[in-house]
Amino acid sequence: MGKELFNPGEKDALDRVDGRQKVTGAAKYSAEYQLPNLAYGVLVSSSIAKGTIKSIDTKAAERAPGVVGVISHVNSIKVPGFADNEHPTEPPTGGRPLRAFYDNRVYFNGQPVAIVVADTLERAQYGASLVKVAYVKEQHTTDFNANTGKAVLPAQAKKNPKSSLNDYDRGQPDGYKTAPVKIEAEYHHPSEMHNPMELQSITAVWEADDKLTVYDKVQGTKPTQRAFATEWKIPVENVKVISKFVGGAFGNGLHNWPHETAAIIAAKQLKRPVKVAITREQMFTMVGYRPQTHQKIGIGATPDGKLVGITHESVGQTSTYEEFTESVLQQTRMMYTSPNLSTRYRLLPLDVSTPIWMRGPGEATGAFALESAMDELAHVLNIDPIEFRLKNYTEKDPDNNLPWSTKYLKECYQMGAERIGWNKRRMQPGTLKEGDWLVGYGMGVGTFGAHRGGATVRAKLHADGRLVMQCAVTDIGPGTGTAMVQIASTTLGIEPSQIVFELGHSDYPMFGNQGGSSTVNSVGSAVQAACNSLKQKLKDLASAKNASLTTADPKNISIKNGQLTITDNSLNVALADFFKQNNLQEMEVTEESKPGQEANKYSKYSFSVHFAEVHVHPKTGQVRVKKVVTGADAGTIISWKTAANQMIGGVTGGIGMALQEDAFMDHRFGRYVTKDFAEYHVPVHADVPHIDVFFVDKPDYIVDPIGTKGLGEIAIIGVAPAIANAIFNATGKRIRELPITADKLI
Amino acid sequence: MAEKKACSLPGDQASSNESRRDFLKQSSLLTAFAITPGVVVKAAESKWDEGIAASLEKMPLKLEINGVKQSLQVEPRVTLLDLLREQLALTGTKKGCDYGQCGACTVHVDGQRVLSCLTLAVMAEGKKVTTIEGLATGEQLHPMQAAFIKHDGFQCGYCTPGQIMSAVACIKEGHANSEAEIREFMSGNICRCGAYPNIVDAIMEVKQGGQQI
Ligand code: FES
Ligand code: FES
Repeated sequence: MGKELFNPGEKDALDRVDGRQKVTGAAKYSAEYQLPNLAYGVLVSSSIAKGTIKSIDTKAAERAPGVVGVISHVNSIKVPGFADNEHPTEPPTGGRPLRAFYDNRVYFNGQPVAIVVADTLERAQYGASLVKVAYVKEQHTTDFNANTGKAVLPAQAKKNPKSSLNDYDRGQPDGYKTAPVKIEAEYHHPSEMHNPMELQSITAVWEADDKLTVYDKVQGTKPTQRAFATEWKIPVENVKVISKFVGGAFGNGLHNWPHETAAIIAAKQLKRPVKVAITREQMFTMVGYRPQTHQKIGIGATPDGKLVGITHESVGQTSTYEEFTESVLQQTRMMYTSPNLSTRYRLLPLDVSTPIWMRGPGEATGAFALESAMDELAHVLNIDPIEFRLKNYTEKDPDNNLPWSTKYLKECYQMGAERIGWNKRRMQPGTLKEGDWLVGYGMGVGTFGAHRGGATVRAKLHADGRLVMQCAVTDIGPGTGTAMVQIASTTLGIEPSQIVFELGHSDYPMFGNQGGSSTVNSVGSAVQAACNSLKQKLKDLASAKNASLTTADPKNISIKNGQLTITDNSLNVALADFFKQNNLQEMEVTEESKPGQEANKYSKYSFSVHFAEVHVHPKTGQVRVKKVVTGADAGTIISWKTAANQMIGGVTGGIGMALQEDAFMDHRFGRYVTKDFAEYHVPVHADVPHIDVFFVDKPDYIVDPIGTKGLGEIAIIGVAPAIANAIFNATGKRIRELPITADKLI
Repeated sequence: MAEKKACSLPGDQASSNESRRDFLKQSSLLTAFAITPGVVVKAAESKWDEGIAASLEKMPLKLEINGVKQSLQVEPRVTLLDLLREQLALTGTKKGCDYGQCGACTVHVDGQRVLSCLTLAVMAEGKKVTTIEGLATGEQLHPMQAAFIKHDGFQCGYCTPGQIMSAVACIKEGHANSEAEIREFMSGNICRCGAYPNIVDAIMEVKQGGQQI
């Protein structure tokens, strides 16, 4: 096993298996299913941040042409699961998710309060403009900065003493204070919106009174299926969730949101299919975001660069009705050898909507502070930032004293430094110039747990040598199908063009959410298991005619061009004939794969490093990211093209986080001022340079039998501090508040 | 509002509270049909007026989409984007914002790249519209489509139709002479997945390949 087995190499990497559908417009996303008698739902959202709805005047809307119904808490059918609070979403957040049209409470500005359904989109939009809502306002609190002092320990931590959200001390609490060289600094970043290009959409159809089908934009078909089955108190198998193509999600599909239930209510109440695609403005309040977070770091070292202590505190924002937590402080606990280490995690509930996991959830936030602070301390110590990190390199996990399953971070440092030309970096900031522009180099490190879960794959081998596999997993963009086809092709020998991987349907075998960088290691292992199981079945069928198969090493059995062969040429028979001999039309297996106990003896993480070269104009404060080198120790790389693309995408997200993204709220109203792409800036073509991607590409067979660890999160974790550090190196200005806009540099 | 017209757009309302039915009931147009007030009220109650209004509100529209001549009746407020996606089942053209800020809805109108979300369908009267569905020649992909696959110029694929339509136009306009120029002239097409460098590579290749596009 290893490189030869799974890695066709960079040059021969597969094209994306669904590429043709995506470039021809044939790929169907959840708002694109043509259904008979389809109606359109448009949501009306609250215009106050806290209070109650006094009255809703829907008369004009109801009378508007084409409108078939206006639904609010006043007339909504009762959702059976709401009454006893059975309204789950997976993975759960603390507290209780918002219940669509349940009562007259308003928890945040932009909350859906009514839905207008009409026979055309335009008529629904017009109808929605006619709904008049009167409120009884209450005093709201949305200002994070003014209230950070009121942050509390999450209830989840209080309930569970083992939770990593609890206060944590290793060695002496606040031990950094005893260090000869130390710094203390505060870091802040605003809320950031996932803003995938596809608007969150759902088409809900009640096939029968207790049978629901949803074409829904989600990251997990099975979790969504379970959530709606519980919410509507109908058997799980009566709910179908179809999510064949997902136009980006970055985490906001890891939760089921009120607009989904609103569409389902409307479809049930009006007895016809209802489609809801929320607006870009509604994407800012209805489907989560990366919570703004305030962090404090105290960090100290000896003059020769050995860390003495780190204290890392974080305050994040959540809503008043759900307690969203994320692991902001984990990287600090395991990345460097610090004998003294303290972490404190607090939450500030505000009258805002609930945040949700966003790419590199928590870790990207924490890494901004930690990796900036490491850079700051390296500068004070006058030690090269890479050297400083190497001096404090952990050979085992200091958090739990377990050995790493694999860790090739040193290799990443070395490869990355070479590729960016780290030797051009000056220790003294502001001393390298190109024309008018100041030039700086910076780096940052990222890590994320290699969380493998259980997955089941069905595989059907046809007599002509085609293989069709199925799994409920979704593909929000990383190229899941492509990676799975690659694994099956490598395991069975079948050409990729003869393999189909079907996904995005809750009828298919089990997998949870596509999230937490766990798809390839989980589902990929099940694909391998299914393929191996097919081989075993073929062996079991071997008769006198093809006796060599009985004893063949499964490794040497393969299927090519419809021929079943053994590498030593002792067998070469048409699969069709072999099936005929055994009275078979096709061969089907279903295999589950999940992590074993053995893996618990190790600490399992993926690692990344990001190097940035930035140019800063000293007069205008304009920042240009000139070059990025990004590398990962993510285990075996299965599908080079899509993996490299994922790294590029993560870096692009990191550029946005570092320089542009800022969900800005007007606290007089508790409403976002930034509510579309004109005000909420994300990177465009002109903001993104060439990105040089490299992989260590060494397998980790402790995490899974295919040697992968996970890639999606580490692609962004550590990017923002790499850019912030490069800006410091260019200008001598240390900006601790994201985004680093021009005004902060002049 | 001084004078009310039967064909006015929703935004013309005196107040958003006043539905279009209200003014239609009073309109001189209905009077011209010599309907007595009593009948009008009755018509309103049984929603006949909506039937009349619906047909009055639609305008004839003739245009060509992907080489197919279309003769349609559309409400003047329908955007070209919604016409394609919701009425003609051409869902390859995407809606990423509806505000003209993301480029996902880019189509060609008479060979020019246009944001279909900012174009009322009736503005395309007599024009030739090409969407992503009309770019390939039968099974043969357009060179830009093939280059996007080769360079993996996408992830989720949602911005892709818009990127491709824009990319073809970018070359035709003569704005693809360097990577920097491509980045500038493609900046109206957002890719949140961040496949930008691969998109630029794809465009460079098509441009340098010199194929007919
Ligand atoms: S949908 Fe037209 S520019 Fe975004
Ligand atoms: S491919 Fe997902 S937005 Fe561009």
